[in-house]
Amino acid sequence: MLITYLPLVLGLLILYSYLMGRGRIRQRATAQSVRPHSQMSYYGLYVALWCGLPALVVALAWLMLGPAFVDTLVMGGLPETITAGLDSSQLSLLETEIKAIAGGVVFGEPAPEIAAAAEHLNRLRGISSTAMFVVVICVALGAIAFARTRVAPQFRARNSVERTSYWLMVLCSVIAVVTTVGIVFSLLFESFRFFQLVPFWEFLFGVNWEPQMPIRADQVAAEGAFGALPVLAGTMLVSLIAMLVAIPIGLLTAIYLAEYAPGRVRAAIKPVVEILAGVPTIVYGFFAVLTVAPWLRETGAAIGLDVAPNSALAAGAVMGIMIIPFISSLSDDALHAVPQSLRDGAAALGATQRETILQVIVPAALPGIVGGVLLAVSRAIGETMIVVMAAGLIANATANPFEAVTTVTVQIVTLLIGDTAFDSPKTLAAFALGLLLFVITLGLNLVALIVTKKYRERYE
Amino acid sequence: MSEIEATMQPVRNIGDELMSEEGARRVRRRYRADFRFRAYGIIAIAIAVGVLGILLATLIIRGAPAFVQTQVTITVDLRDAGIDPADPARADWRGIVADSLEAMFPGAGAAQARELRDMISGGTPFILRDRVIADPALIGTVFDIEVPASDRIDQLNKGAIDRDAPVAQRTVNDQQIAWFDTLEAQDRIATPFNTTLFVGADSRYPELAGLWGAIVGSFYALAVCLALSFPIGIAAAIYLEEFAPKNRWTEMIEININNLAAVPSVVFGLLGLALFLNFFGMPRSAPLVGGMTLALMTLPTIIIASRAALKAVPPSIREGALGVGASHQQAVLHHVLPLAMPGMLTGTIIGLAQALGETAPLLLIGMNAFITAAPDSMMSPSTALPTQIYIWADSPERGFVARTSAAILVLLGFLACMNAVAIWLRSRLERRW
Repeated sequence: MLITYLPLVLGLLILYSYLMGRGRIRQRATAQSVRPHSQMSYYGLYVALWCGLPALVVALAWLMLGPAFVDTLVMGGLPETITAGLDSSQLSLLETEIKAIAGGVVFGEPAPEIAAAAEHLNRLRGISSTAMFVVVICVALGAIAFARTRVAPQFRARNSVERTSYWLMVLCSVIAVVTTVGIVFSLLFESFRFFQLVPFWEFLFGVNWEPQMPIRADQVAAEGAFGALPVLAGTMLVSLIAMLVAIPIGLLTAIYLAEYAPGRVRAAIKPVVEILAGVPTIVYGFFAVLTVAPWLRETGAAIGLDVAPNSALAAGAVMGIMIIPFISSLSDDALHAVPQSLRDGAAALGATQRETILQVIVPAALPGIVGGVLLAVSRAIGETMIVVMAAGLIANATANPFEAVTTVTVQIVTLLIGDTAFDSPKTLAAFALGLLLFVITLGLNLVALIVTKKYRERYE
Repeated sequence: MSEIEATMQPVRNIGDELMSEEGARRVRRRYRADFRFRAYGIIAIAIAVGVLGILLATLIIRGAPAFVQTQVTITVDLRDAGIDPADPARADWRGIVADSLEAMFPGAGAAQARELRDMISGGTPFILRDRVIADPALIGTVFDIEVPASDRIDQLNKGAIDRDAPVAQRTVNDQQIAWFDTLEAQDRIATPFNTTLFVGADSRYPELAGLWGAIVGSFYALAVCLALSFPIGIAAAIYLEEFAPKNRWTEMIEININNLAAVPSVVFGLLGLALFLNFFGMPRSAPLVGGMTLALMTLPTIIIASRAALKAVPPSIREGALGVGASHQQAVLHHVLPLAMPGMLTGTIIGLAQALGETAPLLLIGMNAFITAAPDSMMSPSTALPTQIYIWADSPERGFVARTSAAILVLLGFLACMNAVAIWLRSRLERRW
C-alpha cells in the first residue's frame, strides 16, 4: 500500500524543503552580497512550514471525509432491487454487512449484488488512498515551489515563521476548549434523541429504572422504564460511604503531616500515601471484589447481618480509600498556606497544638479544605471502574449500605458495552446519564473553584 | 512519647506552685486531648498505609502462582498417525493427543477419555500441530513434548486444591489426582517460569492466556496519546503562559482546562464513542481511537504541569534574552523552553501513567473484545492492559484469578517504572533558582 509510506515521504520532503530554503538564501545572499533580513534557518523553516502545513490539512480532511464519501458512492451504487423498501436502520445493517465482506469476514454465501458491492467498496478504497497520496504530495510540492520563489534576502522570514507558529500555538490552546464543546455537543445531541423517546421529566424524576427493552415484539421482558432517581440515589449512597471513609482519614492524615510530623517522617509518609492515588481504579475494583466484599460478607454473617455480595459498603469503602490522597494533599496545601504567625500567636496565648489546629489553623484553611472535599465528591461520583466491578446492576433506591445498589457510571458502562446500535433508547439513555453526570461534576467543580477563590483568607 | 512527657513536665511544676488543683487537672486534660488528637492522626496514616500494604500483599500472594506454570511432558507417537507430510495441518491432532494420553495410561478405558483429556491444556492439539509444522522431521518418530497442564491440574500442583475435600467440592476427581501423582513420580511434571503470560495473547484457556496482545495494544494507544497530547499540550501551555493577553477569552480557556482535568474519565469515553466511532466512523476496539480518547484526557494534565514548569523559570532568563536582541518567540523557544523541559517531561510522564491505568473510556470504545492475537497495526482490534485485567477478572475459571492479579502486578510494574523515571527526571534535571 502506497499510503503507509505517506508519513515517511512527507517527512523527507519537509526535511528537504528546510535544507533547500536555507541553501537557497545562502546562495542568493552571496550572489547579491547582502545580509538577509533573518537568520538562514528561518528561511528553511519558512519553506518547510509551507511544505508541511497545507499537505497536513489536506491529508486530515481526506481521512475525515474520504471514507464517508466512498460509503455513499457504494450505497448509491446498489441496485434498486436490493435497497427498495428498506428503512435507514436496515440500510445501515446492509452497509455493515458489505464492509464485513470487504474486510474478508464472510458468513455463508452473500448475494451476488452484495459481493459485487463489497468488491466495489474495496476498489474505491484503493483508489481513494492512492489518490490521497498523489494529491497530498502534489500539494506539498506545489507549496514548496511557491515558497521557494519568496525566499529572498529582503523577505522577512522570521516574522512570517513567528506569525505562523503563534497561530499554531493559539490553535493548540483552543483544542482544549474544542474538547469541552465536543463533550457538551455529543452528550446534548444523543440526549436530545433520547428525550424524543422518553420525556425529559420522566427521566429526571422517574422512580423506576429498568432499561432492558424487549428486542423482539414477542419477547417477554420489562417495558423499559427510564427514571434516573434510583440510579442517582445509588450514586449518592456509594459516594456518601466513600466520603465517610475518606474525609476523616484524609483530613487527619493531612493535619498530622502538616502540623505534627517532623520533616523526615513527612518526607517518607507523604509519597507513600500518594501512591494510593496512582493505583489504577481497576485495581481497586478487583481488590473490592476479591478481598473486601467477601470479608465484609463473612464479618456480617458472623454478627448476624445479611450483607449482599456486591454491597454498596464494599464499593464505597474501597472508593473512600482511593479518595484519601485527594483530600489529604489538597488539605495539606491549604494548611500550609496558613502563615506561621497564626501558629505562633496561638502558642503565645497558651493554646495546645490541638487547640491551635482546631480553633485557628483549620478555620483559616477551611475554604481550601472544603474546595478539596467538593473536588473529591465530584471524583467519587464520576468514579467508574470500582463500582462497575464491585457494585450491583439493579437500580435500588435504598439507604441500607449492606444492599446492592447501582450507580450512574455503572449504568453507562453496562448499557454501552457490546452494543453498537445507536437508535435504541437503551444506548441513548447512557448518553443522557452521561450528561447528568457531566452537569453534576461540572457544578461541583465550579462551586469548589468559587469557594476556594472567594473565601480564601489573604495574608500579606 | 518522650517528647510529650517533656512538654508535660513543666506544666506539673507550674501547677504545684501557681495553679489550683482544678486548674492543673484542666491543663492535664488539655494535654491528654492533644495527645489523643495526635494519635488519631497516626491511626489515620496507619490505616491508609496499611490498606496499601494489604492491597499489594493480596495481589502478590494471589498473583505469584501465575508467574509459574505446570507443564506435563507427554510422549507422542507419530509413526502411524496418518499425517500427510505435504499438509500436516489437516491431520487429526485431537485424536493423536488422545491416543498418546491413552498410551501413557493404558488402564484408562474409553469412559475415562474425557477425564484424561482434562489433565492437559485444551490447546495441546494446536501446540503439537505448530511444533510439527515447524519441524516436519518429527513425522514418523516418537518424541516427548512439554505441554501446559490444564487449569485444574495446575491448581492441584500449586496446592490450591485441597486433596482431602469431598470430591464434589473440588474440580479434580480421585482418578485425576492418582494420574497426577503417577506423572509426578515419573518426573513428567515441571513448574517452570510462565513465559506464556508475557508472550501469549488472550485465550479461553487460562493456562494459555498471556498479556502480550494487551501490552502491544497499550503501547500503541500510549504512543498515539503521546504523539498527540505532548506537542499540543506544550504549545498550548507556552501560548497561555507566555503570549496570551490577559483577557476574558484566555481566562475562559484557563477555567475550561481546569474543569476538563476534573471531568470523569467515563465522559471522555462517551465523547470518543459519539465522536470518533459514531460520527467519524473509525473502527471499534482500535488502539488508535483509544489513544486519541486518552490524549484528550491527558491534555489538561500536561498543560497544567507545563504551565507550572514555565512559571518556575525566572523572568531574568527572558529579560536577558530580550536584552541581547532576541525576539519574544526566540526568548521563549530558545531560552525558557529548554529550562522548563524537565518539568514538562515529568508532567507528561505522569499524565501518560494515568492514561495507562485508565479503563472506563477504553471499555466504551470496545477495547474489551476477546482477541487472541497481538494487534498488527494501530487500526486492528486490540485490548489494553487495564481492559485485559477487566476481562480476566470477569472470567469464571480459577486460573484467571491468579492471572488477573499477575496482570495487575505487571501493570503496576509499568506504572512504577514510569513514575520512577519522572521522579528521576525531576531530581536530576530540574534546576532550583
